[in-house]
Amino acid sequence: MRQYIIKRLLICILVLFGVSILLYSIAHMVPGDYVSNITAGNQNITPEMEQRMREAYGLDKGLVEGYFSWLGDALHGDFGTSFVYKQPVVEVIGKYMPATLALAGISMFLELLLAIPLGILAARRQYSVTDYTIVAIAIIGISLPSFFFAAVLKRIFAVGLGILPVSGMVTARVNYTGLALFGDLAKHFILPITVFVITGVGSYLRYVRTNMLEVLSADYVRTARAKGLPERKVIGKHAFRNTLIPIVTLVGGMIPGLFSGAVITESIFALEGLGNVALKAVYAGDIPYLMGFNMFIAALTLIGTLVSDILYAVVDPRVRY
Amino acid sequence: MADKNQRQELKKIKKYNLKKYREYNKQMRKKRVPESEYLTKMKNPDNIIEFDNLQSYFYTDVGTVKSVDGVTFDIPRGKTIGVVGESGCGKSVTSLSVMRLLQGPQGQIAGGEIRFNQQSTGRALNLAKVSMKEMEKIRGNEISMIFQEPMTTLNPVFTIGDQLCECISLHNPEMSKKAVEERALETLKMVGIVRDGILKNYPHELSGGMRQRVVIAMALACDPQLVIADEPTTALDVTIQAQILDLLRDLKDKINASIMLITHDLGVVAEMADYVVVMYAGRIVEQGTADDIFHHPAHPYTIGLMKSRPMLNQKVDRLYSIPGNVPNPVNLPEYCYFKNRCDSCVEACSGPYPSLVSLSDTHKVSCHLHQGEAAHKKQTGGKQNA
Repeated sequence: MRQYIIKRLLICILVLFGVSILLYSIAHMVPGDYVSNITAGNQNITPEMEQRMREAYGLDKGLVEGYFSWLGDALHGDFGTSFVYKQPVVEVIGKYMPATLALAGISMFLELLLAIPLGILAARRQYSVTDYTIVAIAIIGISLPSFFFAAVLKRIFAVGLGILPVSGMVTARVNYTGLALFGDLAKHFILPITVFVITGVGSYLRYVRTNMLEVLSADYVRTARAKGLPERKVIGKHAFRNTLIPIVTLVGGMIPGLFSGAVITESIFALEGLGNVALKAVYAGDIPYLMGFNMFIAALTLIGTLVSDILYAVVDPRVRY
Repeated sequence: MADKNQRQELKKIKKYNLKKYREYNKQMRKKRVPESEYLTKMKNPDNIIEFDNLQSYFYTDVGTVKSVDGVTFDIPRGKTIGVVGESGCGKSVTSLSVMRLLQGPQGQIAGGEIRFNQQSTGRALNLAKVSMKEMEKIRGNEISMIFQEPMTTLNPVFTIGDQLCECISLHNPEMSKKAVEERALETLKMVGIVRDGILKNYPHELSGGMRQRVVIAMALACDPQLVIADEPTTALDVTIQAQILDLLRDLKDKINASIMLITHDLGVVAEMADYVVVMYAGRIVEQGTADDIFHHPAHPYTIGLMKSRPMLNQKVDRLYSIPGNVPNPVNLPEYCYFKNRCDSCVEACSGPYPSLVSLSDTHKVSCHLHQGEAAHKKQTGGKQNA
């Protein structure tokens, strides 16, 4: 097991190298760099000034040279300074991460909390009204565009009923502290989290339902019933432990999503999260930030798959490394 | 036009099925079923199970499949009953009906009674109507089942010990954990597994034969009165097969249980069974003692089955096989289901389905060839074996 993990981690490092080359080339080839973005439409800027700015930002180097200078710094733990925020990339990510993490973490937890029991219920009552209702709601959730759903929620709860704030993370011009601050934050998070959960829960729910259906028709479930186990135990123990196997791999894949943020929902609710920041960075051509952020997500993705592979061995005794 | 009719037909089936599903779900959700609904009386107190006109149907999208359609036979206490027939004739569905393990709501017991002589309470229960709660007490405890696929019948994520002890402690809640474990080891020893740490093994760590033994141990752990063995040896190779059959025979004597042995292997039946039931397309075509069936087969289907066995002392170029196929189970004909494959048809065969007639006290057959014979015997009052 330990050997396996070490081997996988070494492979991860190799993969990250490949990813960084790809990411840098793409970021470098995007038309319109940061300097031309900020100088666009300003007649007072001469070509010489632009050239000097490019040198200052390190944008005058070619693709290969630029990549290696980025890589050299990155290997020393220096991911450069964000063009837009004028702060080290690591600090920018650290600053905006808590909001995204809280938002995504809570929604993910709620999604699983809803998807697993509802999926199991739907599978147990296949072809019944309960099943059809649950699946219909799941599909509506999947098909709802988040920007539209967010707008509808805002219209009803913020504008219409006026019980929840329209956007932002804290109420402006009021300096709450302690519990009051927490309550204020929670109030601002209700609508975005609702959007996340409703639009996200469907796919997990359907996944759980399909898996449960498959497990329910398995021979060992029949054996469990033939033993005389009550239905509650047949489902809760024998069937559930087997549906857990594919769900665990799913959870590993969710890890990068916890940090990458949801661009659209975050910007609609004006939440200062990583998704929103990443979007601004793309507009501005903020290469250091994009590189740092994407490498962070790439590393998380690799760790996520590793974690799900390890969890796989934990829940399924047939899998041993 | 034809297409429209067909569509209407399918719609009608769907509607009918939905009605049946709803009835089933309503029945299943009932918490309490009054005793009067399922208490019944055994016809013969020596029997442990009496099937009385059992009908188990599957409501599918193309129509109702009558997998078991009016099956009547008894399982006497302490005897082995062999149920034979080709694939899809309703053998397994009959056994699953006893355990109430049909995959609902599509599969349901549509009619008839399964009377069970419950020794512990001295009652006779109709298993077709009994509440699930009552059924849970019977399953694995008084009636247990050995399934045919040892590779998939054990849960892959729990250890052998978990699965075996679960069964024992479930039906003996007063036993301590240690006693349960001892009992588990004891049953494993009974089926010939003596191995250190077996309780901590997972199913995938055992061979097919070992797993089937574990399944058998699980079925025998609570000293059941009836063991239903659904093709217990089909998935195993011949040497293991013989061992498992020996084992079952020994165990039957040891715990004085009845065995309902379901198989399509006539050799196994000849070796094990006291009584034999031959099924074809959901109905019993012939039943009798092993001697009746093997030495005096009366139904052309049984005769065909006997002929299609390989014989050691006979030299043939080609093994006999019954021509044709089992009829489509959705639209079964009015006449005898075997008519199209039968080589000794008479005129009456185009008539209604032949009823089961007695050739002797134990031997019954459902064939037009023997209708007259039985009537004749009844007139003369003859009781000698055919």
